[in-house]
Amino acid sequence: MEELSLHLIDLIENSISAKASLIKILIEVSKSNDLIKIVIEDNGEGMNEEEIEKAKDPFFTTKKNKKVGLGIPIFAQIVESCGGRFEIVSQKGKGTKVNAEMKLSHIDRPPLGDLASTLFTSIIGHPDVDFLIKIKTDEGIVEINTAEIKEFLGESSFNHPEVIIFLRENIDREIKGILKGGI
Amino acid sequence: MKIEELRKLREKVREDLKLREGIEPRVKIIVSMGTSGIAAGAREVLKALLDEVAKRELKDVIVLQTGEKGLASAEPIVEVVTKEATITYGRVTPEIARKIVIEHVINGRVLSEYVI
Repeated sequence: MEELSLHLIDLIENSISAKASLIKILIEVSKSNDLIKIVIEDNGEGMNEEEIEKAKDPFFTTKKNKKVGLGIPIFAQIVESCGGRFEIVSQKGKGTKVNAEMKLSHIDRPPLGDLASTLFTSIIGHPDVDFLIKIKTDEGIVEINTAEIKEFLGESSFNHPEVIIFLRENIDREIKGILKGGI
Repeated sequence: MKIEELRKLREKVREDLKLREGIEPRVKIIVSMGTSGIAAGAREVLKALLDEVAKRELKDVIVLQTGEKGLASAEPIVEVVTKEATITYGRVTPEIARKIVIEHVINGRVLSEYVI
């Protein structure tokens, strides 16, 4: 996967597989600190110590319909090969937090890619999950709280054509506003 | 997202949402979003599906994501679920995704050349 935003979808799907109903995402891009940080935290089933240890092993998975789980191992390897730090903190029954940090200027760092599309498709594709998203750059902060939007528009509003267009345009505009020139 | 924009949107969709309350959508379009699906372009496929559904104002269609299907070589995979049948399409591109909405979802013609 060529974009960090595609790895983010993979992490979101892991949270969904772990039956999360709330997913918190933090993306921080700081040119002044030469840092790009991706944090995803869920309230899903969580993992025990053995599962955390093995999560970075490509031949370990708890998913019954799948032979190997490659998402986390590949992402961890990319982060570490860019001199970054990859960490999983999890507790059975309480959820999981994945923290990835790397140097923004590292020559091997994949581009952040189309973050707006990743967030838009994940939000609409999982209408039963609440997303609390914060994107912080030197240009500003964008926050998206889908629970608040649903409360305002109605629980089943996310598959309404007008709402789909509204969310796509808003997410696109706001993210482009703080990620000028691409990362 | 400005509160004023959300308020305007709520006024626009309120009646529609009331009418749909408790009614199952006529069609569910489900995109597989496992690691291999994502790598094969599932996000762009999902985006094309959502764009087509929204543009054509298909209010009885819902587009959802699901996990790995275990058919990595056929990704991106799209399922079209209706009361009558579930049809699974493989190696879907954004262009094929748009065709699926127009031909299958709207016109009711299964695109057999892409079925797996």
